[in-house]
Amino acid sequence: MAKTLYDKLWDSHVVRQEEDGTCLLYIDRHLMHEVTSPQAFEGLRLAGRKAWRNTSIVAVPDHNTPTNHWDRDIEDPISKTQVDTLDANIKEFGSLIYFPFKHKNQGIIHVIAPENGATLPGMTVVCGDSHTATHGAFGALAHGIGTSEVEHVLATQTLVQKKSKAMLIKVEGQVGPGVTAKDIALAVIGKIGTAGGTGYCVEFAGSAIRALSMEGRMTVCNLAIEAGARAGIIAVDDITVSYLEGREHAPKGEQWSRAVEYWKTLHSDEGAKFDAVVELKAEAIEPQVTWGTSPEQVLSVGSRVPNPANEADPVKRASYERALQYMGLTADQPITEIAIDKVFIGSCTNSRIEDMRAAAAVAKGKKVASNVKLALVVPGSGIVKRQAEAEGLDKIFIEAGFEWREPGCSMCLAMNADRLSPGERCASTSNRNFEGRQGPGGRTHLVSPAMAAAAAIAGHFVDIRQA
Amino acid sequence: MKAFTRLNGLVCPLDRANVDTDAIIPKQFLKSIKRSGFGPYLFDEWRYTNYGEPGMDCTNRPKNPDFVLNQPRYQGAQVLIARDNFGCGSSREHAPWAIEDYGFRVIIAPSFADIFFSNCYKNAILPIVADAGTVDRLFKECEAAEGYTLDVDLEAQTVTTPSGFSFKFDITEHRKYCLLNGLDDIGLTLKHADEIRAFETRHKAAQPWLFA
Repeated sequence: MAKTLYDKLWDSHVVRQEEDGTCLLYIDRHLMHEVTSPQAFEGLRLAGRKAWRNTSIVAVPDHNTPTNHWDRDIEDPISKTQVDTLDANIKEFGSLIYFPFKHKNQGIIHVIAPENGATLPGMTVVCGDSHTATHGAFGALAHGIGTSEVEHVLATQTLVQKKSKAMLIKVEGQVGPGVTAKDIALAVIGKIGTAGGTGYCVEFAGSAIRALSMEGRMTVCNLAIEAGARAGIIAVDDITVSYLEGREHAPKGEQWSRAVEYWKTLHSDEGAKFDAVVELKAEAIEPQVTWGTSPEQVLSVGSRVPNPANEADPVKRASYERALQYMGLTADQPITEIAIDKVFIGSCTNSRIEDMRAAAAVAKGKKVASNVKLALVVPGSGIVKRQAEAEGLDKIFIEAGFEWREPGCSMCLAMNADRLSPGERCASTSNRNFEGRQGPGGRTHLVSPAMAAAAAIAGHFVDIRQA
Repeated sequence: MKAFTRLNGLVCPLDRANVDTDAIIPKQFLKSIKRSGFGPYLFDEWRYTNYGEPGMDCTNRPKNPDFVLNQPRYQGAQVLIARDNFGCGSSREHAPWAIEDYGFRVIIAPSFADIFFSNCYKNAILPIVADAGTVDRLFKECEAAEGYTLDVDLEAQTVTTPSGFSFKFDITEHRKYCLLNGLDDIGLTLKHADEIRAFETRHKAAQPWLFA
């Protein structure tokens, strides 16, 4: 029978299945950061258990780490305790890869695992972090889990799971100039809503997805969770294979050939059945900007802020009114007239080398507008940072008035010192525009790296195609 | 884990869709390395008018009187009713930890985000999916009658209102068994350790590079 990619990944990891369909699913790769793991290690310790297979673990502190003044160490004592706790837990329980704070390869967990070849096609990948969906770009089944599940995976190398339904999102055609993976993903969320993918594993396919680099595919899969889907996946092809070749933890020699042969089977078969199919035309996708407090509240840059009065559904109308009030916007205001206070280029969504290049191309030879108080560029890892510096991108940013920082999650969720003050408005390449996400009272607009850089230069949102 | 069998509890209505886990427990509280003590900071930015910090004593913090959790009639509530897509966003289990620590044991909504939904079961919280019409009815009845309670019976998989209106809800056998008996999964899974080892051996032979 024709199988979907999801079927293949699922079936190859089922250890046992109960009558009600609940399965024990074997986990190949366990990613970790400092925020969601301490209680899991503590649980293991209290029960006198060991890690089942510590060589499945790849860990890094990323949420709490500062992005400047590394010579001062971590100044917030509570943040420091959490990072020190991860150090101690990894020392006690072991891991395949651990990059402590200030290590030259430290960075965001969802950036470092792929760039070190620790995310491979055909794997099951979990992490106590919802943006684990990122790794699905490699034809891996990857999703976020809670801390109790982190403990479960540590202790048993398995997860108790029921199979989700399968959704196919096809984006056919060629996107226009200035339209990026981020815009494709935001357009998908705008179309199906933040709960549209709930209960599904989403496979992204179609010529516009195939045309994306691995960096772009990671951005698309990363945002699957913002459409409600725990996992987003993309079939393996030559782009996947060439990205992985030669990476430190990717297979070598005879094992490489065997692996590639297997990886090439990781696609949905002709005629495979999906529970839902959504189609988008790439040509119709324009640069996107979120206007509200949920990623589904998104529009093309040429639009106007919606008017709640035009919304028939009372729950939706109330949420629009609330969002406008929180965001300090007026109905029918053109998106391009929204002025910004800060810019954040970074996060597990958009901090890879391609994102740095796209933002730098816009910033080159320009200056950040005088109304913009802070424009931060935070590379996703030490490797991304060094590559960008080798290409001279850091100089372009600094000359334009951006700050070039050390890697980490930074102002995506503001657990470190990088944050918005109440009422401040930010053009951000991150993934969530929830109330208070980037700092209490902060107002977030999600955009692509090029759109964020263009907004920094203009001081308000602009259509990158006209910038 | 505590067991959950049956509960007759006061209901608190949170009339919002897409309540995300950042709203349930803001990021600054995630710096804790413990599982307990999150209840006072549940919905912190909606509940208080000043900025909350981890470890802060909340007894004298200025409260937002309009927020439901601060209204006298909902004090002691154990059942939360909400709108679509409750618990979306971050996978932080601190969200159900805060909800449980505050005193809620049941959440009823038309839909939940997947990760939050699974996290509830690990913390003796019963998330119940009911159709939007039923949830709307509960909101209306709850607002109309102070002291409104619901009877939630896990064994029978029913929710019953004070007037006797009752509806059934779904739950997998595995989750029901764990909740009714207060069991966490790890002990149950380790009963199958031999099967996991056998799977691992086969898996390693087929894809040795996964174990390099």
